[in-house]
Amino acid sequence: MPLPSTIKKISDTVWEIPSSYKSGMRVPARIYATEKLLHEMDDGVIDQVTNVAMLPGIVRYALCMPDGHWGYGFPIGGVAAMDADEGVISPGGIGFDVNCGMRLVVTNLTHDDVKPHLRTLVDRLFERVPAGVGSSGFLQLSHKEFRQLVEQGARWCIRRGLGWEQDLERTEESACISGADSNKISDKAIERGVDQVGTLGSGNHYLEIQVVRPENVFDRKLAEAFGITIPNQVVVMFHCGSRGFGHQVATDYLQVFLKAMPRYNISVPDRELACAPFHSPEGQDYFAGMKCAINMSFANRQVILHRIREVFSSVFGRKPEALGMHMVYDVAHNTAKLERHRVDGKERSLLIHRKGSTRAFAPRMEGLAASHQETGQPVIIGGSMETGSYLLVGVPSGADSFFTTAHGSGRTMSRAKAKKLYNGRQLQQQMEDRGIYVRSVSYAGLAEEAGDAYKDIDAVVDATERAGISKRVVRFIPIGNVKG
Amino acid sequence: MPYEFLEDVATADVAFIARGESIEDLFCAAADATMNVMVTDLSTIDRSLERSVNGEAEALDLLLVNWLQELIYYKDAQRLLLRAASVTIERGHKPLRLSGVLSGEPMNPQKHELNADVKAVTLHRLRVEQTPKGWEAFVILDI
Repeated sequence: MPLPSTIKKISDTVWEIPSSYKSGMRVPARIYATEKLLHEMDDGVIDQVTNVAMLPGIVRYALCMPDGHWGYGFPIGGVAAMDADEGVISPGGIGFDVNCGMRLVVTNLTHDDVKPHLRTLVDRLFERVPAGVGSSGFLQLSHKEFRQLVEQGARWCIRRGLGWEQDLERTEESACISGADSNKISDKAIERGVDQVGTLGSGNHYLEIQVVRPENVFDRKLAEAFGITIPNQVVVMFHCGSRGFGHQVATDYLQVFLKAMPRYNISVPDRELACAPFHSPEGQDYFAGMKCAINMSFANRQVILHRIREVFSSVFGRKPEALGMHMVYDVAHNTAKLERHRVDGKERSLLIHRKGSTRAFAPRMEGLAASHQETGQPVIIGGSMETGSYLLVGVPSGADSFFTTAHGSGRTMSRAKAKKLYNGRQLQQQMEDRGIYVRSVSYAGLAEEAGDAYKDIDAVVDATERAGISKRVVRFIPIGNVKG
Repeated sequence: MPYEFLEDVATADVAFIARGESIEDLFCAAADATMNVMVTDLSTIDRSLERSVNGEAEALDLLLVNWLQELIYYKDAQRLLLRAASVTIERGHKPLRLSGVLSGEPMNPQKHELNADVKAVTLHRLRVEQTPKGWEAFVILDI
């Protein structure tokens, strides 16, 4: 990517584009990346992160994480802190897949225990966790029940026996963000989502069985605190969001904000950045509706976790408790949340938009569960299905990024190009030869997710550690994958 | 095909250009492009049922977004794969209006080879414009 001539190197992993770069920028833009990752970023990143810097009420910088790439409105990997009194809220800073995120569960099984059962496990997970275009789940809900679910999040699931009480405190917002109001969502959103609880979706959404090799434990004490205690331990990680429900909530409010902007004298360089003052009726309605999508996503991942426990239990003939299937954490990477941060020595209430970026709270920060007060927040980073994934943790030096880090490895190649270059069936066979058993509803979809279509996950994670925004705990390698 | 997918735009999503001699042709082509992201072979979709669509918007490009969103809505809400059967666009006064019919059938993974799900139609770089040969639209879909 050709870089602006005015880009300034702040450190080996932080680059600043001054607000003089483009007319209308209210703050500078900062990109977290090594020089190599910076040069590999696509054209969209600079354009989009500097557009974000134009939004009313933005504080300090518009940020982009090391996995940043071309999005719509915000870049993927984008972060923007808006002043809660004078700033805006923008659906484009959250994404259509509201609260898309990652969940990680451990087992007390080793790779050797799982190897003989791997195909059965993956095949049964493929049956029990519906994936792909328009997939519907096993839960049959009335519209009334679905409205309760989107207001109560994963708590609704636990009350119906779909999980363990301890799962709740291991989820951001204790698995139910307060202030969700189902009166602020459309019937269309409900109709799109009511049958989709417990489904993965498609695109880059997946469910993966992974192994922790002893040489991939970078901080033994923290790994043990998060439940990773035995060599070659098997874990399950999955990635999905709020499905058609969240997509419709975002779609509906984008239209509302487009109409509202002239009333508030707001103009934006890209209609995907449509926004409204946070404290306006439109802004508050969206915030309450978007929170329903956050809760739907927590509930969706909770039901999927329940299915995973059922499948492991059925294959190994032991209860999930006996298999030690404790959840490590559930992180979101498409959200806007009200948080308190210190800016220039003063504590302020900020609406932090994270679009393809993950909250990474340091030890003892408000909002962390008691069990994470000493460790800091676990951060789950999903890599491509061929390479590997990470468990990181938030660190005190993350204040400059509003305690935010990367969310994945980030794409480097478009889907259209990947589909031309790779063949899904061949890829499946090649992965199986390397010990990764994959099931997918779509071979074309599988080709789009080829490992080479992504950045080097190790380089991305290394950049976050060198920049002081998160720290490596464990690296996982995939052995089984259900691809949406 | 009256549409093409672009390789070097919108890395994680899907961008396409659709074309038509008339504005109505363009809307039908864009509908097929959107459905073609989800279904490999559009000819496998039988036209056994219909859904009426009505929409209005202040601008032509936003009217196109509304039209494409209907395909996505029916795909999730009723698990239907639909194509454009007919569409009429009134551009004489604002708001611009659209009325059309989508036809297709319930999704059947045994029959329809399914690809990536479309989450939404984005407004990023969206454009609908008249060209010397007719009409052209640029659309990015969120995947």
